[in-house]
Amino acid sequence: MLEITEGSHAVAKAVKMSRPQVIAAYPITPQTHIVETLADMVADCELDAEYITVESEFSALSACLGASAAGSRTYSATTSQGLALMFEVCFNVSGMRLPVVMTIANRALGAPLSIWNDQQDSISLRDCGWLQFYAEDNQEATDLHYIAYKVAENPEVLLPAFVCFDGFILSHTYEPVDMLTQEDVDRFLPPYKPVQKLDADDPISMGMYATPDYYLEFRYEHDQAMKRAKNAISKAGKEFGEMFGRDYSALVEGYRVEDAETAIIAIGSLCGTVKDAIDEMRTAGKKVGLLKIRCFRPFPADEIRDALSHVKRVAVLDKNISVGAKGAVAIEVRDALYGKTMPVLGYVLGLGGRDVRISDIKNIVSLAESGKGDQFYGLRTEVL
Amino acid sequence: MSYDEWLRQDRLPHIYCAGCGNGTIINCTLEAIDGMGWKKDETIFVSGIGCSSRAPGYIVTDSLHTTHGRALPFATGVKMARPGFHVVVFTGDGDLAAIGGNHFIHACRRNIDITVVCMNNQIYGMTGGQGSPTTPMGALSTTTPFGSAEPAFDLCELAIAAGANYVARWTSYHVKELTKAVKVGMETPGLSFIEAMVQCPTNYGRRNKFRQVLDQVEYFRSHSMMRLKYLQHEERGEPVPDATIVVGEFVNRKRPVMGLPK
Ligand SMILES: Cc1ncc(C[n+]2csc(CCOP(=O)(O)OP(=O)(O)O)c2C)c(N)n1
Ligand code: SF4
Ligand SMILES: [Mg+2]
Repeated sequence: MLEITEGSHAVAKAVKMSRPQVIAAYPITPQTHIVETLADMVADCELDAEYITVESEFSALSACLGASAAGSRTYSATTSQGLALMFEVCFNVSGMRLPVVMTIANRALGAPLSIWNDQQDSISLRDCGWLQFYAEDNQEATDLHYIAYKVAENPEVLLPAFVCFDGFILSHTYEPVDMLTQEDVDRFLPPYKPVQKLDADDPISMGMYATPDYYLEFRYEHDQAMKRAKNAISKAGKEFGEMFGRDYSALVEGYRVEDAETAIIAIGSLCGTVKDAIDEMRTAGKKVGLLKIRCFRPFPADEIRDALSHVKRVAVLDKNISVGAKGAVAIEVRDALYGKTMPVLGYVLGLGGRDVRISDIKNIVSLAESGKGDQFYGLRTEVL
Repeated sequence: MSYDEWLRQDRLPHIYCAGCGNGTIINCTLEAIDGMGWKKDETIFVSGIGCSSRAPGYIVTDSLHTTHGRALPFATGVKMARPGFHVVVFTGDGDLAAIGGNHFIHACRRNIDITVVCMNNQIYGMTGGQGSPTTPMGALSTTTPFGSAEPAFDLCELAIAAGANYVARWTSYHVKELTKAVKVGMETPGLSFIEAMVQCPTNYGRRNKFRQVLDQVEYFRSHSMMRLKYLQHEERGEPVPDATIVVGEFVNRKRPVMGLPK
């Protein structure tokens, strides 16, 4: 049913219908509305789960790790500084192959302190072995939670997942969202059946010491699971499409890119602005298209290569910067297109909540056409 | 000199809500500093994140704004590098006792020579009123909609057990006493911990039957009991009402101190 609802509330509802058994979270702007709503749902007995008001993000994810190891479906949400504080636990959760799902309401990292949106937080954790989904709008943010649980808990995968959506831009925006019913969700997402769990009758040890004779193989298997996740995502996304009409089988999604000369690559809510800009540029006779990356981990290198082999140039928009190199997405897209001759130009923009408008996208396309890129875009040079 | 010379007027207006208790605590602390005769270029304020932790931004001296919960380790670094400087930490109940709880007990254990002023509003104010480790049992917050089910920390007892040399608690009602306690804390070598109970009308009072700002200040007045009196009651086995706020000086002792000038 179509509901006009705040992004955070829509996500909380999706989480509720995913029936997590343990929720542990520490408040941080702009994630708070999600976890407050869930706390209400638990208090009102709408959701049969334990809600733990832990003392930090470190404890939040640690409690999820423990609960997941004991065989429960678990959930947390955070952003920015909170995610940074979870760094150590993130590696432990994925290394133990525990399918925790966590919403990231993307926000900039300090210092300087900023509560506004960019994607530095989750992108900085690209190497921690979690699946990473990014939503363009609140419909996608909502749906991706069901898919995230389904893929994460798939015995072929068994990896935790971030579902990322842009802080404030999506989390605090009211949009129409087609909410599934509980029956729908139950059909798509059956109860979690752990492959292994802590069980006094059949004791196992998790997270033990791996000597140099074994460590490399653990990482290899972790990486193999991530590679297998591609298939699992396509399968789950297709099944979701067949059941509810919104197909998420593709890890990347093109918009007017089939005959484009300039392809823009973007992640998250920015894609909406880019699509509007493309429509205007198309009307003006420019062949521009978008390739949206919905799943950043596993990285869809083959899909990007297939979708873009015909274009003359690629402009990658990064709401993050690997300081001293360039935007992380640009680096990986260039790697995906290795051997192709078209220029892949990176633009770092929108950091710390700087607005990105249609006119900015058009300017970037002009820059790309003149071969200028690998730069910050939108600097206020007067304050430098 | 007067304490308002320490206020950074160019940052005004401040972000605090009307009726917030934090301003009172900043005033008391600056008044105490004024009484100490400290120089501005020898005084450093350190804080984490929260409404309370915004305080150093409104003071003219150097200040270090750090991450949520970590003011004390940062302050320890500052003090060890510049033992001649006066280091004052502003913190909140969440900053100090939730995410930074570990640092709190270790700073007290080391008894590092800094002054810690905690504005305890019993809530995570800045993020919109979620329950903190000092939210009283039964109190309402956005994450405890039917009342907190967990026992709260007694921050002063925690500081004493962990080893702080000076520990006191007052409230935003007790302006004179609080100012004096902060000053005595500053005079005492070692870690001085001063807990100031403050009203947060926006995120605590509103949900907990303090309809007016002054209702909570009046509550602080009527529910406070001097520590000595409280101990007498305890000694005689007389019951003390649950909601009693024990105020006064808790300890003033001379354990070995870290971070004094050589
Ligand atoms: C690592 C991290 N987690 C969460 C936050 C979000 N956050 C900012 S202030 C705050 C709570 C502040 O509570 P308290 O210290 O009691 O200060 P108050 O605002 O009540 O004065 C939280 C949870 C953060 N900034 N960093
Ligand atoms: S939210 Fe509470 S603590 Fe923060 S400024 Fe407002 S009244 Fe003060
Ligand atoms: Mg507080």
